[in-house]
Amino acid sequence: MNPRNVGVIKNPDGHGTVGNPVCGDLMEIFINVKDDKITDIKFKTFGCGSAIATSSMITELAMGKHIDEAMKITRNDVADELDGLPPQKMHCSNLAADALQAAIKDYKKKK
Amino acid sequence: MDRIYLDHASCIPVDQRVLKIAEPFLTRDFGNPSSLYSAGLEAKQAIEESRAKIARFINAENEKSIVFTSGATESNNLAIRGTAFRNQKDGKEVLASAIEHISVLNPMKELQKNGFTFNIVPVDSTGIVDQNKLDDLLTINTIVTSIMYANNEIGTIQPIKEVSKIVHKKGRFLHVDATAAAGRIPIDVQKDGIDLLTLSSNDLYGPPGAGVLYVKPGVKVQSVMPGGGQERGLRSGTENVFAIAGMGEAVRITQKEMRGESARLEKIRDKLINEILKIDQAYLTGHPKHRLPHHASFRFSHIEGESILLNMDMYNIQIATGSACSHKTLEASHVLLAIGLKHEEAHGSMVITLGRSNKIEQVPVVVKAVRETVERLRRLSPLVKNR
Repeated sequence: MNPRNVGVIKNPDGHGTVGNPVCGDLMEIFINVKDDKITDIKFKTFGCGSAIATSSMITELAMGKHIDEAMKITRNDVADELDGLPPQKMHCSNLAADALQAAIKDYKKKK
Repeated sequence: MDRIYLDHASCIPVDQRVLKIAEPFLTRDFGNPSSLYSAGLEAKQAIEESRAKIARFINAENEKSIVFTSGATESNNLAIRGTAFRNQKDGKEVLASAIEHISVLNPMKELQKNGFTFNIVPVDSTGIVDQNKLDDLLTINTIVTSIMYANNEIGTIQPIKEVSKIVHKKGRFLHVDATAAAGRIPIDVQKDGIDLLTLSSNDLYGPPGAGVLYVKPGVKVQSVMPGGGQERGLRSGTENVFAIAGMGEAVRITQKEMRGESARLEKIRDKLINEILKIDQAYLTGHPKHRLPHHASFRFSHIEGESILLNMDMYNIQIATGSACSHKTLEASHVLLAIGLKHEEAHGSMVITLGRSNKIEQVPVVVKAVRETVERLRRLSPLVKNR
Protein backbone atom coordinates (compact mmCIF):
# COMPACT_ATOMS: atom_id res chain seq x y z
CA MET A 1 0.00 0.00 0.00
CA ASN A 2 1.69 3.17 -1.18
CA PRO A 3 -0.93 5.87 -1.83
CA ARG A 4 0.11 8.97 -3.80
CA ASN A 5 -0.90 12.59 -3.18
CA VAL A 6 -2.02 12.13 0.41
CA GLY A 7 -2.75 15.32 2.33
CA VAL A 8 -4.67 18.58 2.21
CA ILE A 9 -4.35 21.82 0.29
CA LYS A 10 -4.81 24.90 2.41
CA ASN A 11 -7.37 27.29 0.87
CA PRO A 12 -7.96 25.03 -2.15
CA ASP A 13 -9.68 26.24 -5.30
CA GLY A 14 -12.06 23.29 -5.01
CA HIS A 15 -12.96 20.85 -2.22
CA GLY A 16 -15.24 17.80 -2.35
CA THR A 17 -16.36 15.36 0.38
CA VAL A 18 -18.36 12.19 -0.20
CA GLY A 19 -19.42 9.19 1.92
CA ASN A 20 -19.70 9.07 5.68
CA PRO A 21 -17.84 7.28 8.45
CA VAL A 22 -20.93 5.29 9.51
CA CYS A 23 -20.81 3.38 6.21
CA GLY A 24 -17.07 3.02 6.57
CA ASP A 25 -15.92 5.25 3.70
CA LEU A 26 -15.29 8.98 3.74
CA MET A 27 -13.26 10.75 1.06
CA GLU A 28 -12.08 14.33 0.73
CA ILE A 29 -10.42 15.71 -2.39
CA PHE A 30 -8.71 19.09 -2.67
CA ILE A 31 -7.77 20.71 -6.01
CA ASN A 32 -5.95 23.79 -7.21
CA VAL A 33 -6.84 24.95 -10.73
CA LYS A 34 -5.08 27.30 -13.14
CA ASP A 35 -6.49 28.15 -16.61
CA ASP A 36 -9.09 25.43 -15.98
CA LYS A 37 -6.35 22.81 -15.55
CA ILE A 38 -5.83 20.85 -12.33
CA THR A 39 -2.39 21.89 -11.09
CA ASP A 40 -2.46 20.21 -7.69
CA ILE A 41 -4.60 17.52 -6.12
CA LYS A 42 -4.55 15.90 -2.67
CA PHE A 43 -6.80 13.49 -0.80
CA LYS A 44 -7.69 12.20 2.64
CA THR A 45 -9.63 8.96 3.02
CA PHE A 46 -11.10 6.96 5.86
CA GLY A 47 -11.91 3.54 4.49
CA CYS A 48 -10.80 0.14 3.31
CA GLY A 49 -7.99 -0.78 0.95
CA SER A 50 -10.20 -0.24 -2.10
CA ALA A 51 -11.25 3.20 -0.89
CA ILE A 52 -7.65 4.30 -0.42
CA ALA A 53 -6.56 2.78 -3.74
CA THR A 54 -9.32 4.51 -5.72
CA SER A 55 -8.56 7.84 -4.01
CA SER A 56 -4.90 7.58 -4.87
CA MET A 57 -5.67 6.53 -8.46
CA ILE A 58 -8.05 9.40 -9.15
CA THR A 59 -5.47 11.94 -8.05
CA GLU A 60 -3.04 10.42 -10.56
CA LEU A 61 -5.67 10.34 -13.32
CA ALA A 62 -6.81 13.92 -12.76
CA MET A 63 -3.48 15.69 -12.23
CA GLY A 64 -2.79 18.09 -15.12
CA LYS A 65 -6.13 17.45 -16.80
CA HIS A 66 -8.57 20.11 -17.98
CA ILE A 67 -11.50 20.22 -15.55
CA ASP A 68 -13.97 19.27 -18.29
CA GLU A 69 -11.89 16.15 -18.99
CA ALA A 70 -11.46 15.38 -15.29
CA MET A 71 -15.21 15.70 -14.82
CA LYS A 72 -15.69 12.81 -17.26
CA ILE A 73 -13.60 10.32 -15.27
CA THR A 74 -16.03 7.63 -14.12
CA ARG A 75 -16.01 5.10 -11.31
CA ASN A 76 -15.40 2.42 -13.92
CA ASP A 77 -12.36 4.29 -15.29
CA VAL A 78 -10.84 4.30 -11.81
CA ALA A 79 -11.59 0.61 -11.26
CA ASP A 80 -10.17 -0.27 -14.69
CA GLU A 81 -6.94 1.62 -13.99
CA LEU A 82 -6.60 -0.47 -10.84
CA ASP A 83 -7.12 -3.65 -12.91
CA GLY A 84 -10.53 -4.14 -11.36
CA LEU A 85 -12.03 -4.10 -7.87
CA PRO A 86 -13.81 -6.89 -5.97
CA PRO A 87 -17.49 -6.78 -7.07
CA GLN A 88 -18.81 -5.95 -3.59
CA LYS A 89 -16.47 -2.93 -3.43
CA MET A 90 -17.58 -1.38 -6.72
CA HIS A 91 -20.43 0.47 -5.08
CA CYS A 92 -19.37 1.46 -1.57
CA SER A 93 -15.64 2.01 -1.83
CA ASN A 94 -15.44 3.42 -5.33
CA LEU A 95 -16.37 6.98 -4.44
CA ALA A 96 -13.28 8.76 -5.70
CA ALA A 97 -14.80 9.89 -9.03
CA ASP A 98 -17.73 11.34 -7.09
CA ALA A 99 -15.37 13.18 -4.74
CA LEU A 100 -13.41 14.66 -7.63
CA GLN A 101 -16.61 15.79 -9.35
CA ALA A 102 -17.74 17.41 -6.10
CA ALA A 103 -14.43 19.26 -5.88
CA ILE A 104 -14.70 20.51 -9.49
CA LYS A 105 -18.29 21.67 -8.92
CA ASP A 106 -17.10 23.50 -5.83
CA TYR A 107 -14.38 25.19 -7.88
CA LYS A 108 -16.89 26.26 -10.55
CA LYS A 109 -19.27 27.62 -7.91
CA LYS A 110 -16.52 29.69 -6.29
CA LYS A 111 -15.25 31.05 -9.61
CA MET B 1 10.92 -10.22 7.57
CA ASP B 2 9.66 -13.54 8.94
CA ARG B 3 5.92 -13.91 8.95
CA ILE B 4 4.19 -13.36 12.28
CA TYR B 5 0.83 -15.08 12.26
CA LEU B 6 -1.66 -13.64 14.76
CA ASP B 7 -5.00 -14.93 13.47
CA HIS B 8 -5.39 -18.30 15.18
CA ALA B 9 -9.13 -17.77 15.56
CA SER B 10 -9.56 -18.13 11.81
CA CYS B 11 -7.11 -20.85 10.80
CA ILE B 12 -4.48 -22.92 12.59
CA PRO B 13 -1.65 -25.02 11.16
CA VAL B 14 -2.07 -28.73 11.89
CA ASP B 15 0.36 -29.87 14.58
CA GLN B 16 3.14 -32.07 13.11
CA ARG B 17 2.55 -34.69 15.82
CA VAL B 18 -1.12 -34.82 14.80
CA LEU B 19 -0.27 -35.18 11.13
CA LYS B 20 2.05 -38.10 11.90
CA ILE B 21 -0.80 -40.02 13.56
CA ALA B 22 -3.51 -39.03 11.04
CA GLU B 23 -1.74 -39.09 7.69
CA PRO B 24 -1.61 -42.92 7.30
CA PHE B 25 -5.43 -43.00 7.28
CA LEU B 26 -5.36 -41.16 3.97
CA THR B 27 -2.90 -43.55 2.36
CA ARG B 28 -1.75 -46.79 3.99
CA ASP B 29 -4.50 -47.47 6.53
CA PHE B 30 -7.50 -46.46 4.41
CA GLY B 31 -10.82 -48.22 4.78
CA ASN B 32 -14.50 -47.42 5.17
CA PRO B 33 -15.37 -47.66 8.88
CA SER B 34 -18.70 -49.28 7.96
CA SER B 35 -16.99 -52.19 6.19
CA LEU B 36 -16.68 -55.46 8.08
CA TYR B 37 -13.27 -56.57 6.82
CA SER B 38 -10.20 -55.71 8.83
CA ALA B 39 -9.33 -52.47 6.96
CA GLY B 40 -12.79 -51.17 7.84
CA LEU B 41 -12.57 -52.32 11.43
CA GLU B 42 -9.21 -50.61 11.86
CA ALA B 43 -10.65 -47.34 10.58
CA LYS B 44 -13.62 -47.80 12.91
CA GLN B 45 -11.25 -48.37 15.80
CA ALA B 46 -9.38 -45.14 15.02
CA ILE B 47 -12.67 -43.26 15.22
CA GLU B 48 -13.60 -44.86 18.52
CA GLU B 49 -10.20 -44.06 20.03
CA SER B 50 -10.63 -40.43 18.99
CA ARG B 51 -14.13 -40.41 20.47
CA ALA B 52 -12.75 -41.63 23.80
CA LYS B 53 -10.05 -38.94 23.87
CA ILE B 54 -12.59 -36.20 23.18
CA ALA B 55 -15.02 -37.53 25.80
CA ARG B 56 -12.20 -37.35 28.37
CA PHE B 57 -11.23 -33.85 27.22
CA ILE B 58 -14.63 -32.33 28.09
CA ASN B 59 -15.49 -34.86 30.85
CA ALA B 60 -18.49 -36.25 28.97
CA GLU B 61 -20.60 -38.91 30.71
CA ASN B 62 -19.75 -41.47 28.06
CA GLU B 63 -18.19 -41.86 24.63
CA LYS B 64 -21.54 -42.23 22.89
CA SER B 65 -22.29 -38.59 23.65
CA ILE B 66 -19.60 -37.51 21.15
CA VAL B 67 -20.96 -37.08 17.59
CA PHE B 68 -18.48 -36.37 14.82
CA THR B 69 -19.42 -33.76 12.21
CA SER B 70 -17.53 -31.83 9.54
CA GLY B 71 -16.83 -28.83 11.78
CA ALA B 72 -18.27 -26.18 14.05
CA THR B 73 -20.84 -24.85 11.58
CA GLU B 74 -22.36 -28.28 11.14
CA SER B 75 -22.27 -28.96 14.89
CA ASN B 76 -24.10 -25.70 15.56
CA ASN B 77 -26.70 -26.53 12.93
CA LEU B 78 -27.23 -30.02 14.31
CA ALA B 79 -27.48 -28.70 17.87
CA ILE B 80 -30.02 -26.02 17.03
CA ARG B 81 -32.11 -27.35 14.18
CA GLY B 82 -31.80 -30.99 15.23
CA THR B 83 -32.88 -30.30 18.80
CA ALA B 84 -35.56 -27.73 17.97
CA PHE B 85 -37.29 -29.91 15.38
CA ARG B 86 -37.03 -33.10 17.47
CA ASN B 87 -38.59 -31.46 20.54
CA GLN B 88 -40.99 -28.98 18.98
CA LYS B 89 -44.03 -30.61 20.57
CA ASP B 90 -42.65 -29.29 23.89
CA GLY B 91 -42.39 -25.70 22.68
CA LYS B 92 -41.30 -23.61 19.76
CA GLU B 93 -39.02 -20.95 21.20
CA VAL B 94 -35.26 -20.52 20.79
CA LEU B 95 -32.85 -18.05 22.37
CA ALA B 96 -29.31 -16.91 21.59
CA SER B 97 -26.96 -14.22 22.82
CA ALA B 98 -26.46 -11.25 20.51
CA ILE B 99 -22.79 -12.14 19.96
CA GLU B 100 -23.18 -15.76 18.84
CA HIS B 101 -21.39 -16.93 15.72
CA ILE B 102 -23.32 -16.55 12.49
CA SER B 103 -23.63 -20.36 12.27
CA VAL B 104 -25.78 -20.16 15.42
CA LEU B 105 -27.77 -17.05 14.53
CA ASN B 106 -28.64 -18.09 10.97
CA PRO B 107 -30.09 -21.53 11.86
CA MET B 108 -32.21 -19.78 14.50
CA LYS B 109 -33.39 -17.24 11.96
CA GLU B 110 -34.33 -20.12 9.71
CA LEU B 111 -36.33 -21.70 12.53
CA GLN B 112 -38.42 -18.52 12.60
CA LYS B 113 -39.63 -19.38 9.12
CA ASN B 114 -40.83 -22.70 10.54
CA GLY B 115 -42.98 -21.05 13.17
CA PHE B 116 -40.45 -20.83 15.99
CA THR B 117 -40.01 -17.67 18.06
CA PHE B 118 -36.40 -16.46 18.17
CA ASN B 119 -35.30 -14.01 20.83
CA ILE B 120 -31.89 -12.42 21.31
CA VAL B 121 -30.28 -11.94 24.71
CA PRO B 122 -28.27 -8.69 24.93
CA VAL B 123 -24.74 -8.42 26.33
CA ASP B 124 -23.10 -5.62 28.28
CA SER B 125 -20.27 -3.41 26.98
CA THR B 126 -17.70 -6.07 27.89
CA GLY B 127 -19.63 -8.79 26.09
CA ILE B 128 -21.04 -10.60 29.15
CA VAL B 129 -24.58 -11.95 28.72
CA ASP B 130 -27.26 -9.98 30.56
CA GLN B 131 -28.47 -12.62 33.02
CA ASN B 132 -31.62 -10.73 34.02
CA LYS B 133 -32.69 -10.38 30.39
CA LEU B 134 -31.89 -14.06 29.85
CA ASP B 135 -34.15 -14.93 32.75
CA ASP B 136 -36.90 -12.64 31.41
CA LEU B 137 -36.80 -14.11 27.91
CA LEU B 138 -36.82 -17.76 28.99
CA THR B 139 -40.16 -19.57 29.13
CA ILE B 140 -41.17 -23.20 29.56
CA ASN B 141 -41.41 -23.29 25.76
CA THR B 142 -37.74 -22.40 25.23
CA ILE B 143 -36.32 -25.54 23.63
CA VAL B 144 -32.77 -24.43 22.82
CA THR B 145 -30.75 -21.59 24.35
CA SER B 146 -27.40 -20.97 22.71
CA ILE B 147 -24.70 -19.11 24.64
CA MET B 148 -21.10 -19.39 23.47
CA TYR B 149 -18.37 -20.32 25.96
CA ALA B 150 -16.18 -17.47 24.75
CA ASN B 151 -16.39 -15.07 21.86
CA ASN B 152 -13.99 -15.25 18.92
CA GLU B 153 -13.99 -11.52 18.14
CA ILE B 154 -13.71 -9.95 21.59
CA GLY B 155 -12.41 -12.88 23.68
CA THR B 156 -14.99 -12.51 26.45
CA ILE B 157 -15.63 -15.67 28.49
CA GLN B 158 -19.22 -16.21 29.66
CA PRO B 159 -20.14 -17.38 33.17
CA ILE B 160 -21.50 -20.64 31.72
CA LYS B 161 -22.28 -22.28 35.07
CA GLU B 162 -24.53 -19.39 36.10
CA VAL B 163 -26.06 -19.25 32.62
CA SER B 164 -26.82 -22.98 32.85
CA LYS B 165 -28.62 -22.55 36.18
CA ILE B 166 -30.81 -19.79 34.77
CA VAL B 167 -31.56 -21.67 31.55
CA HIS B 168 -32.56 -24.86 33.35
CA LYS B 169 -34.95 -23.11 35.73
CA LYS B 170 -37.44 -22.70 32.88
CA GLY B 171 -35.96 -23.74 29.55
CA ARG B 172 -34.91 -27.12 28.21
CA PHE B 173 -31.51 -27.40 26.56
CA LEU B 174 -28.38 -25.25 26.78
CA HIS B 175 -26.18 -25.33 23.69
CA VAL B 176 -22.68 -23.94 24.10
CA ASP B 177 -20.43 -23.15 21.16
CA ALA B 178 -16.95 -23.78 22.55
CA THR B 179 -15.07 -23.36 19.26
CA ALA B 180 -13.04 -20.39 20.51
CA ALA B 181 -12.71 -21.50 24.14
CA ALA B 182 -11.79 -25.18 23.84
CA GLY B 183 -8.10 -25.82 24.28
CA ARG B 184 -7.57 -22.43 25.91
CA ILE B 185 -9.54 -22.85 29.13
CA PRO B 186 -10.78 -26.04 30.85
CA ILE B 187 -14.27 -27.21 29.88
CA ASP B 188 -16.26 -29.73 31.90
CA VAL B 189 -19.70 -30.35 30.42
CA GLN B 190 -20.99 -32.01 33.59
CA LYS B 191 -19.79 -29.38 36.07
CA ASP B 192 -20.79 -26.57 33.71
CA GLY B 193 -24.27 -28.02 33.14
CA ILE B 194 -24.08 -28.15 29.34
CA ASP B 195 -26.53 -30.18 27.21
CA LEU B 196 -24.97 -29.63 23.78
CA LEU B 197 -21.41 -28.49 23.06
CA THR B 198 -19.72 -27.58 19.77
CA LEU B 199 -16.02 -28.26 19.13
CA SER B 200 -13.89 -27.70 16.04
CA SER B 201 -10.86 -29.81 15.15
CA ASN B 202 -8.81 -27.09 13.46
CA ASP B 203 -9.16 -24.72 16.41
CA LEU B 204 -7.36 -27.39 18.44
CA TYR B 205 -4.49 -27.78 15.93
CA GLY B 206 -6.25 -30.72 14.30
CA PRO B 207 -7.04 -31.13 10.61
CA PRO B 208 -9.86 -29.04 9.17
CA GLY B 209 -12.91 -31.09 8.21
CA ALA B 210 -13.83 -32.52 11.59
CA GLY B 211 -15.88 -31.20 14.47
CA VAL B 212 -17.87 -32.56 17.36
CA LEU B 213 -21.27 -32.09 18.84
CA TYR B 214 -21.48 -33.36 22.40
CA VAL B 215 -25.03 -34.50 23.13
CA LYS B 216 -25.73 -35.11 26.80
CA PRO B 217 -27.23 -38.57 27.39
CA GLY B 218 -31.02 -38.27 27.31
CA VAL B 219 -31.14 -35.19 25.06
CA LYS B 220 -33.15 -36.04 21.95
CA VAL B 221 -31.75 -34.71 18.67
CA GLN B 222 -32.74 -35.54 15.11
CA SER B 223 -30.48 -35.64 12.09
CA VAL B 224 -30.50 -32.62 9.79
CA MET B 225 -28.95 -34.52 6.89
CA PRO B 226 -30.64 -37.85 6.10
CA GLY B 227 -28.47 -40.61 4.67
CA GLY B 228 -26.71 -43.80 5.70
CA GLY B 229 -27.22 -43.28 9.42
CA GLN B 230 -23.64 -43.08 10.66
CA GLU B 231 -22.92 -41.56 14.10
CA ARG B 232 -25.99 -43.12 15.77
CA GLY B 233 -28.15 -41.80 12.95
CA LEU B 234 -27.29 -38.20 13.85
CA ARG B 235 -24.74 -37.52 11.14
CA SER B 236 -24.90 -39.47 7.90
CA GLY B 237 -22.00 -39.73 5.51
CA THR B 238 -18.83 -41.80 5.49
CA GLU B 239 -16.67 -40.63 8.36
CA ASN B 240 -13.59 -38.47 7.63
CA VAL B 241 -11.24 -40.92 9.37
CA PHE B 242 -8.14 -38.83 8.72
CA ALA B 243 -9.57 -35.66 10.27
CA ILE B 244 -11.34 -37.51 13.10
CA ALA B 245 -8.23 -39.47 14.11
CA GLY B 246 -6.25 -36.23 13.88
CA MET B 247 -8.74 -34.38 16.04
CA GLY B 248 -8.44 -37.05 18.75
CA GLU B 249 -4.67 -36.73 18.82
CA ALA B 250 -4.89 -32.92 18.70
CA VAL B 251 -7.20 -33.02 21.72
CA ARG B 252 -4.91 -35.41 23.61
CA ILE B 253 -1.92 -33.10 23.06
CA THR B 254 -3.93 -29.99 23.91
CA GLN B 255 -5.25 -31.51 27.13
CA LYS B 256 -1.70 -32.33 28.21
CA GLU B 257 -0.21 -28.95 27.29
CA MET B 258 -3.07 -26.50 27.79
CA ARG B 259 -2.22 -25.25 31.25
CA GLY B 260 1.38 -24.34 30.41
CA GLU B 261 0.59 -23.05 26.93
CA SER B 262 -2.27 -20.83 28.08
CA ALA B 263 -0.09 -19.32 30.81
CA ARG B 264 2.64 -18.66 28.25
CA LEU B 265 0.25 -17.01 25.80
CA GLU B 266 -1.38 -14.98 28.56
CA LYS B 267 1.98 -13.30 29.24
CA ILE B 268 2.40 -12.42 25.58
CA ARG B 269 -1.21 -11.21 25.42
CA ASP B 270 -0.84 -8.96 28.46
CA LYS B 271 2.36 -7.43 27.13
CA LEU B 272 0.68 -6.76 23.77
CA ILE B 273 -2.36 -5.19 25.42
CA ASN B 274 -0.24 -2.98 27.69
CA GLU B 275 1.89 -1.73 24.83
CA ILE B 276 -0.87 -1.25 22.25
CA LEU B 277 -3.09 0.64 24.68
CA LYS B 278 -0.31 3.24 24.95
CA ILE B 279 -1.24 4.34 21.42
CA ASP B 280 -3.44 7.43 21.40
CA GLN B 281 -7.17 6.62 21.20
CA ALA B 282 -6.63 2.86 21.25
CA TYR B 283 -9.17 0.88 23.25
CA LEU B 284 -9.53 -2.75 24.32
CA THR B 285 -12.70 -4.48 23.15
CA GLY B 286 -14.22 -7.26 25.24
CA HIS B 287 -13.69 -8.03 28.90
CA PRO B 288 -10.45 -6.84 30.55
CA LYS B 289 -10.27 -9.87 32.88
CA HIS B 290 -12.69 -12.58 31.76
CA ARG B 291 -11.05 -13.06 28.41
CA LEU B 292 -9.36 -15.92 26.55
CA PRO B 293 -5.64 -16.20 27.32
CA HIS B 294 -4.60 -15.98 23.67
CA HIS B 295 -6.94 -13.14 22.69
CA ALA B 296 -6.25 -9.40 22.38
CA SER B 297 -8.76 -7.20 20.55
CA PHE B 298 -8.79 -3.46 20.03
CA ARG B 299 -10.35 -0.57 18.25
CA PHE B 300 -8.64 2.59 17.04
CA SER B 301 -10.49 5.84 16.44
CA HIS B 302 -10.56 7.47 12.98
CA ILE B 303 -9.20 4.54 10.97
CA GLU B 304 -10.67 1.52 9.25
CA GLY B 305 -9.94 -2.13 9.97
CA GLU B 306 -9.38 -3.52 6.51
CA SER B 307 -6.73 -0.86 5.94
CA ILE B 308 -5.15 -1.89 9.24
CA LEU B 309 -5.12 -5.52 8.06
CA LEU B 310 -3.56 -4.66 4.69
CA ASN B 311 -1.03 -2.32 6.24
CA MET B 312 0.01 -4.88 8.85
CA ASP B 313 0.38 -7.43 6.05
CA MET B 314 3.09 -5.21 4.54
CA TYR B 315 5.07 -5.96 7.72
CA ASN B 316 4.29 -9.65 7.08
CA ILE B 317 2.09 -9.68 10.20
CA GLN B 318 -1.33 -11.30 9.90
CA ILE B 319 -4.14 -9.93 12.03
CA ALA B 320 -7.95 -9.94 11.76
CA THR B 321 -10.58 -7.23 11.84
CA GLY B 322 -14.30 -7.04 12.47
CA SER B 323 -14.58 -4.17 10.02
CA ALA B 324 -17.55 -4.20 7.66
CA CYS B 325 -15.30 -3.74 4.67
CA SER B 326 -13.59 -7.05 5.30
CA HIS B 327 -16.87 -8.98 5.29
CA LYS B 328 -18.60 -10.23 2.18
CA THR B 329 -21.85 -8.66 3.39
CA LEU B 330 -20.19 -5.27 4.09
CA GLU B 331 -22.10 -5.11 7.37
CA ALA B 332 -20.37 -3.99 10.55
CA SER B 333 -19.60 -6.80 13.00
CA HIS B 334 -22.76 -7.73 14.92
CA VAL B 335 -20.54 -8.50 17.91
CA LEU B 336 -19.03 -5.02 18.07
CA LEU B 337 -22.43 -3.39 17.60
CA ALA B 338 -23.88 -5.62 20.35
CA ILE B 339 -21.32 -4.35 22.87
CA GLY B 340 -22.51 -0.84 22.09
CA LEU B 341 -19.96 0.46 19.61
CA LYS B 342 -21.16 2.93 17.00
CA HIS B 343 -20.79 1.88 13.35
CA GLU B 344 -17.82 4.19 12.78
CA GLU B 345 -16.14 2.77 15.91
CA ALA B 346 -16.79 -0.83 14.88
CA HIS B 347 -15.03 -0.15 11.56
CA GLY B 348 -11.70 0.43 13.32
CA SER B 349 -11.22 -2.93 15.00
CA MET B 350 -8.20 -5.23 15.13
CA VAL B 351 -8.18 -8.78 16.53
CA ILE B 352 -5.06 -10.69 17.57
CA THR B 353 -5.32 -14.38 18.45
CA LEU B 354 -2.07 -16.00 19.54
CA GLY B 355 -0.91 -19.57 19.06
CA ARG B 356 1.93 -22.03 19.44
CA SER B 357 4.18 -20.26 16.92
CA ASN B 358 4.13 -16.94 18.79
CA LYS B 359 6.93 -15.84 21.11
CA ILE B 360 7.25 -13.00 23.56
CA GLU B 361 10.18 -11.67 21.48
CA GLN B 362 7.70 -10.86 18.71
CA VAL B 363 5.84 -8.33 20.86
CA PRO B 364 8.06 -5.29 20.14
CA VAL B 365 7.98 -6.04 16.39
CA VAL B 366 4.18 -6.28 16.40
CA VAL B 367 3.72 -3.20 18.55
CA LYS B 368 6.00 -1.13 16.32
CA ALA B 369 4.07 -2.23 13.23
CA VAL B 370 0.72 -1.44 14.87
CA ARG B 371 1.94 1.99 15.99
CA GLU B 372 3.27 2.87 12.55
CA THR B 373 0.15 1.53 10.83
CA VAL B 374 -2.17 3.55 13.04
CA GLU B 375 -0.09 6.71 12.55
CA ARG B 376 0.05 6.22 8.79
CA LEU B 377 -3.69 5.63 8.41
CA ARG B 378 -4.48 8.60 10.64
CA ARG B 379 -2.34 10.82 8.41
CA LEU B 380 -4.62 9.66 5.60
CA SER B 381 -7.84 10.04 7.56
CA PRO B 382 -10.15 13.02 7.06
CA LEU B 383 -11.60 12.29 10.52
CA VAL B 384 -8.38 13.46 12.23
CA LYS B 385 -8.94 17.16 12.59
CA ASN B 386 -5.57 18.69 13.56
CA ARG B 387 -4.25 19.53 10.11
